[in-house]
Amino acid sequence: MLTIDRATHDAIVEHARRDHPDEACGVVAGPAGSDRPARFVPMLNAAMSPTFYEFDSGDLLKLYRDMDDNDEEPVVIYHSHTATEAYPSRTDISLAQEPGAHYVLVSTRDGAHEKGPVDFRSFRILDGVVSEEEVTLVERYDDDVSQTQKAADR
Amino acid sequence: MTIEVRIPTILRPYTDGERAVDGKGDSVAELIENLEADHAGIKERLIEDGRVRRFVNVYVNDEDIRYTGGLDTSLADGDSVVILPAVAGGAPRSDDTAAAAEGGPRRGPEGRLGTAVAGG
Repeated sequence: MLTIDRATHDAIVEHARRDHPDEACGVVAGPAGSDRPARFVPMLNAAMSPTFYEFDSGDLLKLYRDMDDNDEEPVVIYHSHTATEAYPSRTDISLAQEPGAHYVLVSTRDGAHEKGPVDFRSFRILDGVVSEEEVTLVERYDDDVSQTQKAADR
Repeated sequence: MTIEVRIPTILRPYTDGERAVDGKGDSVAELIENLEADHAGIKERLIEDGRVRRFVNVYVNDEDIRYTGGLDTSLADGDSVVILPAVAGGAPRSDDTAAAAEGGPRRGPEGRLGTAVAGG
């Protein structure tokens, strides 16, 4: 199950809407071992494409250095599909290379980039096998809010 | 000589879980050969057809080796090497989602780092 705070959820949706019709992508980092998505990091889609996304290689290195420095890991890796459902494509599955991450897919198809609900789904992708998981929205993380805030402030 | 090599999560099974290992070599190609000697199987995850896989990034002192000579990029004592899997994906083709949902062929684009079946 993915537990995510509403502000981060909304930020992902907003990013997907803003970049539509290109795919939007990014990460939500969190303290290592916490499974808590705390620090929203929208990334540039270097492919600038409606059908493909890829983090820029320099941005990717900086992202991982920052996470290392903060003792964080990529808790969520998200991207949007802009004309199809919020489900991992075969390409998404074969390129999923972070075994610990929640892969979040959102869809801005059918006018969802302008108004109405945006599908927001989460998956585990391990060795080519996709498992959808429940998404639980919380207003804030109950315990240890200070740690979450600290990570967000870095 | 010693070169620190940062290992991404998905390759840590090859390094007994270590996040970084010491390597040696005068070039990235040599370094990878030497890594293979200690961590059998890792080379196949990194190289395909004599080149670094498309969805694997290797950096020497923060420079992506795609821009510094690829596997021929030279190394010196004290250099740092980082290996990172690309973060990438794409929208489905028309029949793609259904095939994936049915557990269709798992082989994907060449070049991914995380599977032993990649490369064909």
